[in-house]
Amino acid sequence: MMEIIPLGDSALIVRMRERFHDAPEQTLDTVLRAFQQLQNAAIPGIIELAPAYTSVAAFFDPIPVAKAAETPDKMFDWLATRIRAAVAAGADRGRHRTATRRRVRLVEIPVCYDPEFALDIDDVARRAAISPSEVVRLHSGAEYCVACVGFVPGFPFLAGLPKELATPRRDVPRKQIPPGSVGIGGAQTGIYPLRSPGGWNLIGRTPLRLFDPKENPPALLRAGERVRFRKISRDEFESLKC
Amino acid sequence: MSVIAERAGFLTSIQDLGRTGFREFGVSSGGALDSFGLRVANLLLGNAEGAAGLEITLGGLQLRFEDERVVAWCGGEFDVRIGSRVLPAGHAGLVSAGEKLKIGAPKVGCRSWLSISGGIDVEPVLGSRSTDLRASFGGFEGRSLHDGDVLPLGVWPGSPTPATGISSWTAPHDWVSPAKPKPILRFIRGADWNRFDTSTLQRLTSEAFAVSSDSDRMGVRLEGPELKRVDESDLISEAVGPGTIQVPPSGKPILLLGDCQTIGGYPKMAHVITVDLGVAAQLRAGDHVRFSEVLLADACRLLLERERQLELFRVGLSLHTS
Repeated sequence: MMEIIPLGDSALIVRMRERFHDAPEQTLDTVLRAFQQLQNAAIPGIIELAPAYTSVAAFFDPIPVAKAAETPDKMFDWLATRIRAAVAAGADRGRHRTATRRRVRLVEIPVCYDPEFALDIDDVARRAAISPSEVVRLHSGAEYCVACVGFVPGFPFLAGLPKELATPRRDVPRKQIPPGSVGIGGAQTGIYPLRSPGGWNLIGRTPLRLFDPKENPPALLRAGERVRFRKISRDEFESLKC
Repeated sequence: MSVIAERAGFLTSIQDLGRTGFREFGVSSGGALDSFGLRVANLLLGNAEGAAGLEITLGGLQLRFEDERVVAWCGGEFDVRIGSRVLPAGHAGLVSAGEKLKIGAPKVGCRSWLSISGGIDVEPVLGSRSTDLRASFGGFEGRSLHDGDVLPLGVWPGSPTPATGISSWTAPHDWVSPAKPKPILRFIRGADWNRFDTSTLQRLTSEAFAVSSDSDRMGVRLEGPELKRVDESDLISEAVGPGTIQVPPSGKPILLLGDCQTIGGYPKMAHVITVDLGVAAQLRAGDHVRFSEVLLADACRLLLERERQLELFRVGLSLHTS
């Protein structure tokens, strides 16, 4: 099921699936393939594409689209037709090589789970009726998948959190969370790239930089990539911190 | 050559037409909240449309110029003076070396955009000179201006110069002065329109909303009739953009602006159309705003018509300035 919905007059959303958390991997596979196909198709007027969970957003410059579509009434349909064609072409090719899975990078992220960084680990542990060290073992033992990068620059939303660790966001968000903080929000885990307000439960901190505008790409992670957390000591945290 | 911000004002930042291409990494478009206003200001003095200028929030700015430049501005009802001469919105004004430009508090509106011939020549970051205030990069050291900051200006070839100090030529009033005492923003329906019942939807167009003081370049928070959803189901986060009106569980809508986050999980009730974003950028705490619905095709038609007018304006300007 593909659905194309206007997001105002200069953008639209290509919805590939209705649900995400039932089957994160397959959903991302579909969404990222559509994202790739749309990038390759270079449809005139589309200036920016971004995947998120079940959908791909396409931002466009209405002027070239209007010229190609002839009248403003047809702009949206003109784009929708080309988007459908581009995505369908990708789906066909995907079927022909079902055996070859998308090749993805596995990124290891060192995390110090010391109490000084893990302000909410006791809450997470209490909720799951396990010990804080068991929280660390479970969190650093799982493999995650980047479902989306967004909200703030470089923030990875990670799917694959062990069910026991799911914890609702804090009732009162913190005003300032230090960069590198690793948190749990509902069924997801993520990393705050910048000093920002936030309501996730903090369980550790990474010395890595998640977002650096001087680099290209500016973010450490992108949608579809895989992530593992490695438990490190406070000393190692200091030595890795750049 | 440069210009010195002797007084930086309440919130002044370097902005151009924003960033594209990094949304997949969570980088929002940013840029001048009234990008059309900045384009017009740039055209008035022969700059490239996308040259970086200053976005001035609520005034209080005083600049001193090291060398002769031409300036122009668009935005709210501000008192702008070069020395003691008033520079009205939408006119090009000559500033001599050593002269000062002052921008007072606005009578109506919230922001203005000042272009300087040659443009502000800070290093582009991720393809843009815009300041991302939330993520602290771009513009001038990734922050709003402080008193005493020295801003580098680009090379100015030296033309066109208004002979009498203030140009006779100007741009249409709507373009250069979009602030209105009783603003009405036109919108098209959003993806989650049907998650609200008929009476709630009617409230969006029949009642006025007050702008909360908790508003910034990310979004305008609105107080007024509560907009409650009919269903409580969790939504999957999707893209949002400038103009999106999202409704959090509080029922108080937020109208997103240029620095908004790239994705959101609140229902997208509606989208303010692009040609009205300049009016939205003028909303300040305590203002009242109303909404009226248009069709997507109308939104597109209005946008294209404005671009056609801008093209004519560009041609017309070249008659004055060649």
